Amino acid sequence: MQSIPALKKPKTRKGKKILEKRGGQLVEDDKRAMFMKGSTVNQTMVDFMKDIALLKKPLSSMLNQKNESKPFENADPIEHVAQKGDFSLFMFGSNSKKRPNNLVIGRLFDNRILDMFEFGVSNYKALRDFKAASILKGCKPILLFSGEPFETEFEYQRLKNLLIDFFSGPKTNAIRLTGLEHVISIVAAEGKIYFRSYRVLLKKTGAKLPRVELQEMGPFFDLTLRRHKLASDSLMKSASKQPKQLKPRKVKNIQKSALGTTFGRVHMQRQDYSELQVRKLKGLKKSKSEKREAESDEKPAKKVRFSIKPNP
Amino acid sequence: MSSNVSDLLQDIEEKEANAYKEVEVHKDIELNYDLGHLLASDTNPLNLKELRSNTNSFLQKLTRDNCQLVVNKLYALQSKVIDGFQVAQLPAPITLLPRSKPVPKPKPPTKWELFAKEKGIQKKKKEKLVWDDVAKEWKPRYGFKRINSERDDWLIEVPDNNTDPNVDLFAKKVEEKKERIAKNELQRLRNIARAQKLKIPGTGGVLPKLSDTKEELAKVVSLAKSSTASLGKFEETMKDEKPVKRTKKRKYGDNFGDVKAETEKSLEILDHIQNKNPKIDIDKAVNSLISTEEKE
Repeated sequence: MQSIPALKKPKTRKGKKILEKRGGQLVEDDKRAMFMKGSTVNQTMVDFMKDIALLKKPLSSMLNQKNESKPFENADPIEHVAQKGDFSLFMFGSNSKKRPNNLVIGRLFDNRILDMFEFGVSNYKALRDFKAASILKGCKPILLFSGEPFETEFEYQRLKNLLIDFFSGPKTNAIRLTGLEHVISIVAAEGKIYFRSYRVLLKKTGAKLPRVELQEMGPFFDLTLRRHKLASDSLMKSASKQPKQLKPRKVKNIQKSALGTTFGRVHMQRQDYSELQVRKLKGLKKSKSEKREAESDEKPAKKVRFSIKPNP
Repeated sequence: MSSNVSDLLQDIEEKEANAYKEVEVHKDIELNYDLGHLLASDTNPLNLKELRSNTNSFLQKLTRDNCQLVVNKLYALQSKVIDGFQVAQLPAPITLLPRSKPVPKPKPPTKWELFAKEKGIQKKKKEKLVWDDVAKEWKPRYGFKRINSERDDWLIEVPDNNTDPNVDLFAKKVEEKKERIAKNELQRLRNIARAQKLKIPGTGGVLPKLSDTKEELAKVVSLAKSSTASLGKFEETMKDEKPVKRTKKRKYGDNFGDVKAETEKSLEILDHIQNKNPKIDIDKAVNSLISTEEKE
């Protein structure tokens, strides 16, 4: 049976606010990610997840306990923990003979797993192996995707969507131009996905635009896709549904062409052609008598309403 | 002098051209930008040979070029100066990302809200503080140290001669308040049950109301009677009390009994099944016939 959320009444105002948030909001907060260690995790995977958690900092939390969970066999533990901590993104690391350095990245919708991808991690180079200065906490990275599969293959398209969701950082509608500090490049080629993260250095040139120089910042790693679980099209559609209230309203009578020119349509009343000034001709000139008539027409006697009090 | 100026201008032009060269990147196919996410997708084919031989340097070069393109785009956006910093206004993101929770549904109206809407009753804002004429100060309408608080009562007048003077009026007041709280909680639960279209278990579908019909009252009486330890076996019947109709309990036959009766019963069932004719709903049939004729 579906649980009834309102049945248990919150005891404090704070509790009430938290429950309201968990029930779903019109404008959602940024998604938070949890990093979970499997029971068979090795040090490489722990370090790896710590690095990614650091990159995502205010929107991430590394869970301390190891978890006896296998996302593809039984996702219940992940869903349970995610619901408790209100996480909607997760990363799960484990290691086994069959699947060495195993990484699962996924996301949840309404506390249920929406989609997840399993990878093998190789050529991992940690954040601390590089000498670049650290970036600001909560800095929004520039995301770059290259490679044919991201455009042509369905799974990769979904994967791209997930990676954007995972790495794009806080939502914003404005950005400080000198604050562009971090770039993440994800390249898919020959069955591998290359993840590279650099620090951006904006060098002054004579012109308005700066020249971009990159400094290796890490982490660097390569991924090979193993298993995946995709959301059905209908679920994906319902999950991506935008609330009606947030959709932009249609603006009447204003259109934009492909070139960006704005066209406006103005509705006017029918023009009175009798008043139209056309070319003056002697033949069309009014005679004196006509003029007099027109004047008398123009000024009709002012109508006055009155009533007469009847005599008693 | 004039040659100096023209030299200077040429110098500046050259510098600008050089600067432009530094920030310019050529791509065969233009990138797909989604500046709302600070995102760009490169669809140009990769140089796989280069990628295989020196992966890191190739990837860094590719990233630098693409990053330069994104930065160029970002600098071309409309910007404002906020606190001395140039801040670019990002367009709305194009890539749709799934939400983490479904869109919240509007709260189902309570019974009172439905009634108020029907009657056109609108909410009135009440002031938080009320003037207390006795204490000569402003007091909150609700909550701690509120007006008409039971804490202030050190004496309660016995209302009239008919009331028993030995009744503890303080305890009565507390009891009444508890009743009101319980009633409110019950109403809250009923509102939830109505919104969820649930039946409330253990009540037999009967809940206290201000006005009960005769049938409902009879049902309540029978429920109350059967709620004793002996399931109402020793309860007395009242005058003019009619027994409430209840669904009959199903009776099971003996497992070991009359073979003949059993075969007869089974045969009867078989007969019933075999002679079953489809029922014809005449009204429905006529209606459908009429509608098809009208369509033709």
